[in-house]
Amino acid sequence: MKTVFQRPRALTDKPFHYCPGCTHGIIHRLVAEAIDDHDIIENTVGVASVGCSVFAYEYLNCDMQQSAHGRAPAVATGIKRVLPDRMVFTYQGDGDLASIGIGEIIHAAARSENITVIFVNNAIYGMTSGQMAPTSLLGQKTATSPLGRCVETNGYPIRMSEMLATLPGASYIARVSTHDAKHVLQAKKAIFKAFDVQKKQQGFAMVEVLSTCPVNWGMEPNEALTWVKDNMVPYYPLGELRTPAKEGELNA
Amino acid sequence: MAKILMKGNEAIAEGAIRAGCKAFFGYPITPQNEIPAYMAQHLPEHEGVFLQAESEVAAINMVYGAAGAGARVMTSSSSPGISLKAEGMSYIAGAELPCVIVNIVRCGPGLGGIHPAQGDYFQAVKGGGHGDYRLIVLTPGSVQEMADMAREAFYLAEKWNNPVMIMGDGILGQMMEPVEFANGPLPPVDKPWATTGAVGRPRNLINTLDIMPESFEKKNFALTEKYQRISEAEMQWEATNTEDADLVIAAYGIVARVAKTALQMARDRGLKVGLIRPKTVFPFPNPPFESAASRNIPLLVVELSAGQMVEDVRLAVNGRVPVHFQNRMGGMVPGPQEILDRILELMDQGGGQL
Ligand SMILES: Cc1ncc(C[n+]2csc(CCOP(=O)(O)OP(=O)(O)O)c2C)c(N)n1
Ligand code: SF4
Repeated sequence: MKTVFQRPRALTDKPFHYCPGCTHGIIHRLVAEAIDDHDIIENTVGVASVGCSVFAYEYLNCDMQQSAHGRAPAVATGIKRVLPDRMVFTYQGDGDLASIGIGEIIHAAARSENITVIFVNNAIYGMTSGQMAPTSLLGQKTATSPLGRCVETNGYPIRMSEMLATLPGASYIARVSTHDAKHVLQAKKAIFKAFDVQKKQQGFAMVEVLSTCPVNWGMEPNEALTWVKDNMVPYYPLGELRTPAKEGELNA
Repeated sequence: MAKILMKGNEAIAEGAIRAGCKAFFGYPITPQNEIPAYMAQHLPEHEGVFLQAESEVAAINMVYGAAGAGARVMTSSSSPGISLKAEGMSYIAGAELPCVIVNIVRCGPGLGGIHPAQGDYFQAVKGGGHGDYRLIVLTPGSVQEMADMAREAFYLAEKWNNPVMIMGDGILGQMMEPVEFANGPLPPVDKPWATTGAVGRPRNLINTLDIMPESFEKKNFALTEKYQRISEAEMQWEATNTEDADLVIAAYGIVARVAKTALQMARDRGLKVGLIRPKTVFPFPNPPFESAASRNIPLLVVELSAGQMVEDVRLAVNGRVPVHFQNRMGGMVPGPQEILDRILELMDQGGGQL
C-alpha cells in the first residue's frame, strides 16, 4: 500500500500539549516538513524560545537549544557563527520576538545572520495567560487591556515583517497564515523557502505565521480561524515582503 | 619563551586565544575595551570568531549558543554589563555549559564610574542571576596572572561544565607588566552533549526548563553536589608570611598588591604581619583562614567595597578571632601607608593580642 500521509521524520511521536484549535501544532508540522524536504535533520540545530512553544524541543526531532525569553536570535547567532555549515533556526512567539526580543531580531536581520526564523504571531501572550502583546490589534481585549487595546495608552501594534523588510540584511521576509488549508499550503512553501535561503547562504530569512490562540482570545477554534482571516490579515497583509538578491548582488 | 610587555586586559585576551578560545562575543564598556579590540584583531588569525553584539544581553546569549554548540567561547564586560548578563549566566550555569566571562570591575552602584572597585563580589560569588547556581570565580593579582587565569578559566570551565568568571579591576586591566604565555592550546575536550547536528547519534538537547518539581529538585541537588566538589578541588590562594604573623591581612586583586607593600613596611618595623590573597573567591579558600583562626591570629580584610569578601572571611573563622575591616570605595584605592596606619593602629591597640 502506498503511504500518502505520515508523521514527518523531524517530528517526535510525542503528542502536542497545545490547546484544541491552537495552530502552533500545524506550524511545528510545517517546520518538520521543511526539514524533511530539505533532508537536513542531521545537520540542523533548532532554538526554542519562551512562550507556549517553549516545548518545541520536545516535538522537533533535531538537536535543539532552549533559549531565554527573546534571545533566540542571539543564541542562534552563537551557534551559526561557530558551526557555519549547520542549518540553524529559531521558533518564536510575538511576545518573545516583537517585545522583549525586538533588539535581538533586528540586529540578527541587520547582520544578515544566515539563520531561519519562524515567527508565530497570535496577537497575544499565550503562555502567561493572555496579556496584551505588541502585536495585539487595536480594540483587542486581553488580560492587560480589558477594555480593548487603545492607541492613547498602548500605541499601535507592530508590523514586524514590514519593519524588518526595511533592513538590507533581511534577505527573505514573508508573512503567511494558517487560517485555512490553502493558506497552510502557502505557509509550507514560505517555510521551505526560508530554509532554502539559509542553505544557499543568502542571509537572514524570516517567516511570520499568523496563528490562533482560541483559549486566550475566548473563542471556539473555528471562530478563532475566522478572526485571523477577518481581523489579523487586514492589518498584517500576507505575502513575500523581501526575496534574496540575485547571486553576486547585494540586498538593496 | 621571552616575556612580552602587555596590558592586563590584553594579557587576558592573548591568554584566552592561546588556550584555544575560538569565539568571543562582547559589547563595549570601559575599562575592558582592550579585550574585545584585541580579540577583533587577533582571534580571526586563529580561525576564531569575533562578533560585537548589540548588547551584553545578546552577547551572553551568543555565548550560550556557541558554548552549547561545543565551542571554546568567552565574553568580557564591566559591572553594569555583567548585571545585564545575569539571566544568561544563570541559563549557562543551569545548562552546565563551559564558558569564560571576564568582569573588569568598575565602581557602582548605577552607572557609577570607570575607576576600580570590588563592589561586584557578591554578584560574582553569591549569585547575580536567579536560582541556585555558582560561577567559579578567579581573582588575578597581576598581569601575569591575568594571562595564566585566562587559560585556567577555560580548563576549569571544561573540567566542570560550568561558567568561569575572571574578576579583575581597571588598574590590573590597564597596567603593563612583562608576561610569559604557556605554549599550545589546552587539549580538546570531548563534548558529547553539544548541539552540532545529530549525525549518527540520538539528538542532543540543551535545556534548563523542567516543570516537574520532583525531577527539578534532583537537578538542583546534583548541581549543589557539583559545587561542593568544585569547592573541595579548586580553592586557590597565596599566603605570605602567615606562619609567624600576629596579624593577617586578607585582600584580593589590586588591593593585595598594595597590602603586600604595607606588609613589607610593617615587617621593616619588626611587626609580624601576614597576607592571605584568595585567587579563587568561589570556591572561597577557607583553609588559610581556619588555620589563622586556630592559631588565634586576628584578621584585617581590605576591600574596595562596602564590605563583601569580609563576610566570607567571617564565615571561615566563625567568630573565633576578630575580623577587622578597612575599605575605600567610589574608585579610590588605599595606598600602602593607609593600610600600614591601620595595621599600626590595630597592633598598638591590641598590644599584640588585638
Ligand atoms: C525574562 C522573562 N520575562 C518574562 C517571562 C514570562 N513569559 C513566559 S512566556 C511569555 C510570553 C510569551 O508570549 P509569546 O511570545 O507571544 O508566545 P505564545 O505563548 O503566545 O506562543 C512571558 C512574558 C519569562 N519567561 N522570562
Ligand atoms: S494558550 Fe494559546 S498559544 Fe498557547 S497553546 Fe493554548 S491556544 Fe496555543
